[in-house]
Formats: sequence, structure tokens, C-alpha cells
Amino acid sequence: MYFESLSDFIAMGGHAKYVWSSYLIALFIFILNLVLPVMARQRFFNNQSRRLRRETSARNVKIENEGHDASGS
Amino acid sequence: MWTWFYRLGSPKWFYGISGRWLPWFLCAAMVLLVTGSVWGLAFAPQDYQQGNSFRIIYIHVPTAFLAQSCYFIMAVCGAIGLIWKMKLSDMVAKSCAPIGASFTFLALVTGAIWGKPTWGTWWVWDARLTSMLVLLFLYLGVIALQSAISDRNQAAKASAVLSLVGLVNIPIIKYSVEWWNTLHQPASFSVVAKPTMPIEMWMPLLIMVIGLYCFFAALLVMRIRVEILEREWRTEWVKALIKKR
Amino acid sequence: MSFSKLFMATLKRDMTIAFRHPSDLVNPLIFFLVVVSLFPLAISPDARYLAEIAPGVLWVASLLATLLSLDMLFQSDYQDGTLEQLLLSPQPLYTSVLAKVVSHWLLSGLPLALISPLLALMLFLPSSAMPTLMITLLLGTPIMSFIGAIGAALTIGLRKTGLLLSLIVLPLYIPILIFAASAVQNAAIGLPVLGHLALLGALLVLSVVLAPLAIAAALRISLGS
Repeated sequence: MYFESLSDFIAMGGHAKYVWSSYLIALFIFILNLVLPVMARQRFFNNQSRRLRRETSARNVKIENEGHDASGS
Repeated sequence: MWTWFYRLGSPKWFYGISGRWLPWFLCAAMVLLVTGSVWGLAFAPQDYQQGNSFRIIYIHVPTAFLAQSCYFIMAVCGAIGLIWKMKLSDMVAKSCAPIGASFTFLALVTGAIWGKPTWGTWWVWDARLTSMLVLLFLYLGVIALQSAISDRNQAAKASAVLSLVGLVNIPIIKYSVEWWNTLHQPASFSVVAKPTMPIEMWMPLLIMVIGLYCFFAALLVMRIRVEILEREWRTEWVKALIKKR
Repeated sequence: MSFSKLFMATLKRDMTIAFRHPSDLVNPLIFFLVVVSLFPLAISPDARYLAEIAPGVLWVASLLATLLSLDMLFQSDYQDGTLEQLLLSPQPLYTSVLAKVVSHWLLSGLPLALISPLLALMLFLPSSAMPTLMITLLLGTPIMSFIGAIGAALTIGLRKTGLLLSLIVLPLYIPILIFAASAVQNAAIGLPVLGHLALLGALLVLSVVLAPLAIAAALRISLGS
């Protein structure tokens, strides 16, 4: 360990705000880059499953109607 | 050997194999980045002249390095997509752009923050920072062009041409900015510490660079997978994936 | 059709069409004049100060004026379908593109270079720097036309092309700006400029040879053929 104590480590010899802000901004950007594709993937699956549900229900309605027509006429 | 190359053209194959590799890339990246940062922050000695603010190098240099490599990869993949019409190559190029832009931004911000205790101002028009700023402009141009064109294939081809034109221009821009800088600076400072860095200083740097490359690979794979899903939403294997969820 | 015949035919056609709307040709020049006038108004009319920033201001203004003139390259031909015909014709696209960019330069860059001494006077540029200013503009504006044409070809038919085009093309203009502005600055204080001009000349040769390839590829991509 280069520093004498934890408070020395945090203080960074007076340059604390520069070093820590850099590392924190870096962390933020890294996390952002991780989160955005995950959210996009989630969005894709949500949209697609909603669309599939819509299509299957539309198809079911169509089949029901044809069944009614067949039995009715 | 060429079967590997042609298999690479199949999005489904890539999706499958990348799913298995992704956790490894992420783990490796996490381990390396954490090790490198902790080593650089807590264990490496401080610089004789710059004191502890020198530790910013462990973020600034790897991100700057990757920002440039990323542009190169983007341009080369764009060229492969143009010449061999390989869709996967187009997808790699498209995914590189936002990652590269954010790394360039990070390199600029850390460079600026480093400048304050070193030179007293928040921004210096030194050759490296200015070239990095122009690189950011080039990235933003490619991203803007891609989002402006609605047809996916046309967007991929157009941004491939633009990134290739940018690639040819990058050496010219770097040379002109360095030359411009020597005109206006009495002594040329380097944002990087002197090249004769002791091993305790450059080992964590090396670890950070490798770790960031692994992280970049992981991010790229994540984005490509989403891109594959969006493009291939009509196929059976994607429908099966949706039903499974 | 031989190279020179095709080149001259395309050149003549573009120039004839452009002269039917003379106001379009004058607009970039007026823009140049207005932008240059903004600087003394915004900063200071002090002769010494203006003389110092004159090379940079004149070059930034001509950069912006060229950017604005770029949409006259392909827009009207795209809208009436001529561009598509050009791509379908058996004539080599390289030659037609070369001729189009040269005619664009003759209509925008060349007049810009010719009226620059007038504007240099307004900014108190020393007369020793005037010839260098004109030469840098004569060398630099064709480079800007060629590189700008790549951007214009990539953004044909898109919405809000003006801003997108500027964002794409301006970073590529930076080397021209650096070499040209410092050449004029050197001339103003009596230092040699031959190296700068040689570099600009090299960039010009490079863009004349390579840019039409990129422009032709971009046209094919944008028009979907």
C-alpha cells in the first residue's frame, strides 16, 4: 500500500477531487454502456411478445369467426 | 478455414456462440479492471512532479487507446461489409460507434480533469487532446449519419464510406494538429508521464488496457446480439426465443 | 465517349444550369462578407487586434461559406432525376463526378478566392499576406469542394441535411484550415510559406485523385442502385 492510512488514500495528497471525479465518471460511463444494451434487449423482447400475443389473439378471433360462420350458415 | 469465415456470416451461429463467450469476457474484464484500478490507485507510487493526480493515467490512457482502436475496427468492419456484403460485419461496425464515442468522451474528460492540477486550466489545446476532440467529432458524424438514414443496409453502407474517409484522414489530422501545436506551444508537454516509467507504474496500466479491451469486446458482443435480434425478428429461432421468455 | 469529352460536356452543362440562377451564385459570397463583418462588430474594431485574427477569421468564414454552397452540387439533379440517369448511364461515374465538383468549385470557391482581398482589407490584413491568402484559398477551396462532395453525396435526400453535412464534413476540413491559416499568418509576419503551400498542394492532389472514388460510391449507396 502506497498510502499511510485510509484518510490519506481518500485525500490523494490534495488531488482528491480530480482523481476521484475521474474514476467516478469512468465508472458511470462504463455502467451506462452496460445498461443501455440490456435495456434495449428487454425492450425488444417486450415489444415482440406483445406483438406475438396480438397476432395469436387476432388469429384466434379469425378462426372463431370462421367457425361461427360455418356453423351459422 | 474458410468455413469459419462463412459461418461468421450467419447471425444465428454468432448469437449462439457469443452467448457462451459473453460471461467470460465480462468476468475477465471485471477482474482486470478492478485489479488495475486498485493497483493504480492504492499501490502504485505517485509521480515525482504531478503527485497523485497522475493516477488519472490509469483511466485516460486505456480509454484513449481504445477510442482509436475502436475507430479502426469500425472502419475495417465497414469495409468488409461493403466489399463482401457480410451483414455481421455491418452490425459490428454499427455497434462500435457508440462505444467508441463514449470512450473518446471519457478520454477527453479525464484528460481535461488531469490538466487542471497539472497545468492550472480545465482545457489545454495540446496536440493529443485536440486530436481526441476531432476523433469525437468523427464518431459523432458517423452516429448522426446512421441515425438519419432509415434503411438499415443503406445506413450501414453510408457510414462505412464515411468511417473509411475518416480513417484516411486521421493520420493527416493528427499530423496537422501536432504541427499546429508546436507552433503555439513554447515547450511540448505530454499528458502521459515520461516514457521511462518504472514497472510499478506501467504494470497496472497494462492490466487496465487489457481489461478495457475485454470490456470493449463484452460491450460489443452485447450490442451485436441486440442488433441480431432486431434484424432477424421474423425468423423461427428468434420467435422461439421470444416464446421461451 | 473519351474522358475529356465527357468531362467538358458535364462541366458545360453544370455551368450553364448554374448561370440560369445567378442569385444562387452570389449568396455564398454575401454570406462570406456578412460573417467576416460580424467579427469586428462582436469583438473589437481595433486594427491591431483584427490584423492578428484576420487569417483565422477569413479562413473560418470561407469554410462556412463553402459548407453552405455544397447543396447546390447534387440536390437539384437528385430532385429531377438527372442524378439517377447519370448513375445508370454507361459513362464512367468518376469522370462525371470530377466534372461536377470542378464546376462547383468554379462557381463557389473561385469567386470566394477572388473577393478575399476585399474582405482582407476590412480586417486590416497586411498587404504582404494578400497574395498568400489568395493562393491558399485557390488551393484550399477545391479541396473543400471535393471533401464536401463526399458528405453531400452521403446525405442526399435526407432530412435536415444542412446540419448533418456540417457535422460530417467539418472535422475533415480541419487540416486544410490549420495549414492555410498558418500560411497566411506566416506571410503576415514575413516568414516563409512555401512548405505550407506545398502541403496544401499535396492535399489537393490527394483529394482530386481519391475523392471522386468515394463520391461515386456514396452516390451509388444513396440512390440505392
